[in-house]
Amino acid sequence: MDFRLTPEHQMIRESAYKFGQTEIVPGLTERDREGKSDRAILDKMGQAGLLGVSIPAKYGGTDTDYISLGIVCEELERADTSARVVMSVHSGLHCMTLLQWGTEEQKMRWLPKLATGERIGAFGLTEPNAGSDASNLKTTARRDGDHYILNGQKAWISLSDYADQFLVITRLVDSDAKAPYAAFIVERTLEGFSSRPIKGKLGVRAGNTGEIFFDNVRVPKDCMLGEEGDGFKVAMSALDHGRYTVGAGAVGIITACLDASVKYANERTVQGEAIGKKQLVQQMIASMVKGRDVGRLLYYQVGWMKNEGLRHTRECSMCKWVNCEAAFDAAHKAVEIHGAYGFSDEFPVERYFRNSRGAMIYEGTHEIHTLMQAEYELGYRSDKPLKHTLPAWPLEAELTNAR
Amino acid sequence: MKILVPLKRVIDPYAKVKPLGDGSGLDLSGIKFDINPFDEIAVEEAVRMKEKDGSHEIIVVSIGTSDSEEQLRKALAIGADRAILIETEHIYDSLGIAHELEAVVRAESPDLVLMGKQATDDDNNQAGQMLAARLGWPQATFASKVEAAGTRLQVTRETDSGEEVLELPLPSLVTADLRLNEPRYIALPGIIKARSKPLEKRPASVMSSPKTRTVRYDAPPARAAGRKVSSVDELVAALQEKGAL
Ligand SMILES: Cc1cc2nc3c(=O)[nH]c(=O)nc-3n(C[C@H](O)[C@H](O)[C@H](O)COP(=O)(O)OP(=O)(O)OC[C@H]3O[C@@H](n4cnc5c(N)ncnc54)[C@H](O)[C@@H]3O)c2cc1C
Repeated sequence: MDFRLTPEHQMIRESAYKFGQTEIVPGLTERDREGKSDRAILDKMGQAGLLGVSIPAKYGGTDTDYISLGIVCEELERADTSARVVMSVHSGLHCMTLLQWGTEEQKMRWLPKLATGERIGAFGLTEPNAGSDASNLKTTARRDGDHYILNGQKAWISLSDYADQFLVITRLVDSDAKAPYAAFIVERTLEGFSSRPIKGKLGVRAGNTGEIFFDNVRVPKDCMLGEEGDGFKVAMSALDHGRYTVGAGAVGIITACLDASVKYANERTVQGEAIGKKQLVQQMIASMVKGRDVGRLLYYQVGWMKNEGLRHTRECSMCKWVNCEAAFDAAHKAVEIHGAYGFSDEFPVERYFRNSRGAMIYEGTHEIHTLMQAEYELGYRSDKPLKHTLPAWPLEAELTNAR
Repeated sequence: MKILVPLKRVIDPYAKVKPLGDGSGLDLSGIKFDINPFDEIAVEEAVRMKEKDGSHEIIVVSIGTSDSEEQLRKALAIGADRAILIETEHIYDSLGIAHELEAVVRAESPDLVLMGKQATDDDNNQAGQMLAARLGWPQATFASKVEAAGTRLQVTRETDSGEEVLELPLPSLVTADLRLNEPRYIALPGIIKARSKPLEKRPASVMSSPKTRTVRYDAPPARAAGRKVSSVDELVAALQEKGAL
């Protein structure tokens, strides 16, 4: 076992950290307060190579391992959750799933443009009446010659107004597939597609979230990911990647809480001494450090399992569950340490508090992960082999030689 | 133009370091290392010059153990073309470094040596000047602006009496000051490209014996608490008392 990050990982960490501090943080308080997202940040992320992280060189990506994706998420969320959400939906849910389930032709068609940020990808599973209970989704796909016709709507879709293409999970009608689901890459430019932002969010206010609508959208059949009946499995694979990015990002929130709280605890004095000298404040700092260190181990483990090509649905759920809970707890404590100043957007910790709450909802609520962990342990749940697995890293010799 | 940028691996300038109990060295456990910030500015400047004129070649060189490969790779990721590690455990002073770099310059024949004005660990501010002297090259230290003008360089340097603009023929040597530029964050593709850029190891060739010797390391004395005054008059009186006014 080797817990050391490579010098390249460290450079990637530094690069993502500096990107966050120079491109995300300036003007963030205002954007967050006004609920404004900035499309230009996506272009900058593309230029910095962040959107191609962990996509193989063959498909125009940076050809870094999967731990690198986690590191980028951690450092971006240290700046703001909105930036990490881009990684979650574009890289995690969209690109990694395409890499796992796409045919060679599909990968060649989409990944190179996604890797540079020329195109942005997103993910549509949730509907107004199907969240945790995703299998209850109502958006339909009906075969019509060389096309499928999509009707319905998806809710709470990150980057709904910016993404160029969506990985959409639908219910198949008039199909004799074993499971009535199919997954499609739906391009925004198709007729009958529309989107609308959601306003008034508690957190991730500097990020774009909304609804997408399908009104007789004709999707060419070569845009189906997997086959008829695979849709739900594709969605669950996507969550293995999305949850990883969320779990890694949560460590970034904890680090940001520590950055702010350690500084404040050393500067703020009561009764003639720094509040950092008070045991109860120390207890809060220690608890945050625990969350950060445990959290890193959990996501490094999942990244390593991805590198090795091992199934990691259980470990990934654990990582997301534990880390998001720890991030919310750290943010709560960071507000506590800042007293009234933690209650004002003069300091960033109130934003961490609001943002970290969201991650306990998306990509499986706190309750869903609790249930999953119990079910695995009780023997009520197990993971069956999938038709397609995420390629292990480094990729097969042919890909490595192509460098 | 061929630009040679020497760079040093130093303790992260933001790290808090303590001397070892016996004063024989520094406690480096858990300490991060980085490119000397002034050298990173020099690398950045060379890369910006190359971005303007693609014909430039940038060679970075470091003297030290294989640990310095990390810093050389980072410079390659920023945009240098190739790296040379003079691999040695020898202990150098500034003059020794100048000797060793002189050998590299003679072997590589660059048109410009661009380096940090000083390293943030020893803060000597000597190697650049000594190297220029040994080579018999013109030098411009503490540069805040470097512009290529045909076969000459125009360098703005920061001095105590203001800005001074020098014109230098090539080859010449320039040392970078803080305001020369603000180094970029490295884009991921740069990090990946650095994988396949050449990093050549060469043995040290000069290894002159240092003319200075480190006797011991001590932490600076803890700052004594200041005194609070309640009025300007009291402040003036206190300063007069100390002979400061
Ligand atoms: C900021 C944000 C961004 C999002 N981005 C996306 C996106 O890009 N793409 C996408 O598809 N979705 C996205 N979502 C949607 C998110 O995944 C869902 O909100 C989430 O899955 C929960 O679904 P729900 O909101 O319908 O809640 P519900 O499923 O209705 O849950 C309500 C409550 O009931 C509990 N509950 C539900 N089922 C059970 C059970 N079986 N046992 C015990 N308790 C249960 C839940 O834990 C929760 O406390 C996003 C959400 C947010 C907030």
